Amino acid sequence: MIKFCMRIFSLIAFSISVLFFVISNAFAGSPTKVGFVYLTTPGDHGWTYAHELGKQMVEKRFGKDVKVSVVENVPEGPDATRVIRELAKQGNEIIFTTSFGYMEPTLKVAKEFPNVKFEHITGYKRSKNVATGNIRFYEGRYIQGVVAGLMTKTNKIGYIGAYPIAEVIMGINAFAQGLKSVNKDASISVIWANTWYDPVKEADAAKVHIAEGADVLAQHTDSPAMLQIAEKNGAMGFGQSTDMSAFAPKAQLFASINNWGPYYIKKIEELRNGKWNTGDGPNHWPGNVWGGIKSDMLVISKFQNMPANVAQKAQEALDGIKTGKINIFAGPLIDNTGKEIIPAGKALDDGALWGMNYYLQGVNGKVPG
Amino acid sequence: MEALILTIIATSIPLLLAATGELIAEKSGVLNLGVEGMMLSGAVGALGAVLWLENPYYGIIAGALSGILMASIFSLFTINFMTNQVATGLGLTIFATGLTGLAGAPLVGKTIPSLPKIEIFLLSDIPLIGSILFKQDFVAYLSIGIIIFISFFLKYSKSGIILRAVGDDHQSAHSVGYPVKKIRWYTTCFGGMCAGIGGAYIPLVLTPHWSEGMTAGRGWIALALVVFASWIPWRIIVGALIFGGITIAQLVGQARGWPIPSQLLSMMPYIATIIALTMISGRLSKNNSVVPSSLGKPFFGSQ
Repeated sequence: MIKFCMRIFSLIAFSISVLFFVISNAFAGSPTKVGFVYLTTPGDHGWTYAHELGKQMVEKRFGKDVKVSVVENVPEGPDATRVIRELAKQGNEIIFTTSFGYMEPTLKVAKEFPNVKFEHITGYKRSKNVATGNIRFYEGRYIQGVVAGLMTKTNKIGYIGAYPIAEVIMGINAFAQGLKSVNKDASISVIWANTWYDPVKEADAAKVHIAEGADVLAQHTDSPAMLQIAEKNGAMGFGQSTDMSAFAPKAQLFASINNWGPYYIKKIEELRNGKWNTGDGPNHWPGNVWGGIKSDMLVISKFQNMPANVAQKAQEALDGIKTGKINIFAGPLIDNTGKEIIPAGKALDDGALWGMNYYLQGVNGKVPG
Repeated sequence: MEALILTIIATSIPLLLAATGELIAEKSGVLNLGVEGMMLSGAVGALGAVLWLENPYYGIIAGALSGILMASIFSLFTINFMTNQVATGLGLTIFATGLTGLAGAPLVGKTIPSLPKIEIFLLSDIPLIGSILFKQDFVAYLSIGIIIFISFFLKYSKSGIILRAVGDDHQSAHSVGYPVKKIRWYTTCFGGMCAGIGGAYIPLVLTPHWSEGMTAGRGWIALALVVFASWIPWRIIVGALIFGGITIAQLVGQARGWPIPSQLLSMMPYIATIIALTMISGRLSKNNSVVPSSLGKPFFGSQ
């Protein structure tokens, strides 16, 4: 009898606790589940680390209202499809895929999970539930060009590019525009590394640039190797994605810092309010979100290792971009073969930027391919 | 020009060391395809040691020990358990890629001091030649020292001749009374040591931080170099410089705007490897004595 009572009692106690749990959850509102896919381990510099900082801002802003899952070190390709699908299966409501190469995998999984929202970073294809987000990296490169033009003594600038795609080419051209605005004699040589991240190759490319006489280096690859080589050889350079002055305290002039946090927060907020959308720009235009210096998605670190007058010019360029006074790709634009791209009085629109397959004046050589 | 030559030499040294080690192993009949893996372990070991002890010279020792450790695993399986050498070597590389990724994760983003250059008194002041030949780091001198040593060792010393005998016909060597397994353990570990130091050179000199898989296929080029050099030590120097030269040339070509696609130039070292392999195998059909006859064959004897 006592045993029976005990059983009944424990059953009641159990039901009450379950009931309580359910009720308390219902009132608190279940957290929004957010997934992130990273290309590498975040470490403490570069592309993925910038996304990691964004993710941390999300966690700080929403606290218990979001539940974040991250998968690191996901190679671009079939593995990515598997990982993204797994995140969708686990009930994540919005998934950020943070590298260009996840474009097709994201679209593929999005088709299988029409109720999950996907945000693909730096891609140009969208669907009903895939939005894209990107940063106007080229704005920072214009300022780099201004600083490089004033700092170079040899008038030779070494540029290390990852792949000859529009995003990288528009960066080189923006750099050339900044360079031209202060120094008409300087020119840019480009070495394509054909990789986003290979410190050894990036270091070799930097050494070759310096051996060829370049004294200011810029990069559109992810490792701090170039800056370290510059530091060792008395050259100067710019940090990529995050502040890299720790790697090159004497060589870094400034860094263009990617600030993804506000964008992540905005999109998650939209989702929670039921207002999430994929924007309405033409399909080939990357991004319903394509923010730059004005919207704080691109942040310029402090100007260092340069004389005050150079820092002042850099600040002017920064302010000019912020206020819209400087339009980087305003005509007349002439490519480096002498062909006119756009006449005076007009300016390239966003669509034209994503079609860039030429170098502007001030860049040596030819776009490969 | 001088700076370019220095860059080419620096790029060649990891290849040179790894290939030299592999040459000794192959001369004794061991085909170790785990060079890439041993180099990676050397790189991660060196980085860890330098971060811990803050002296780049400990990195060389740590790199060597990591390489030897990996080579011991290979020896244990292929020599004692008599597994297939090709499969075990490939397995070793795959294993080491994963292991170093795991061990290297906490090292991501950390920077280490580089190996200092050692100037040789007076000689380093000779223009051009001085800074190229007599203003290098310790590992560069060491690698040349190792090449000279093994050239003489293989040709003139009794131990060297025994080593070659083991590689050419392990049954006969065994019947004369030489300890085939012991000798192969030594040579494989020597190979591991060289590959480890070669791998360590990458973070110690080329780029002072860790990234996963940072050897980026140099181990495979080193393997090809041994064939390219047709198992003759001094030819490895020539081969390594050619490979290093092509790697750098494609970057120079881009910087100077040579009208050649960069992708094609990036392919060049690998094309050169294939051409070398084809040329060598063409020669092999005429003259078989170049390849150690027992290469890759497990030895089933008792010791």
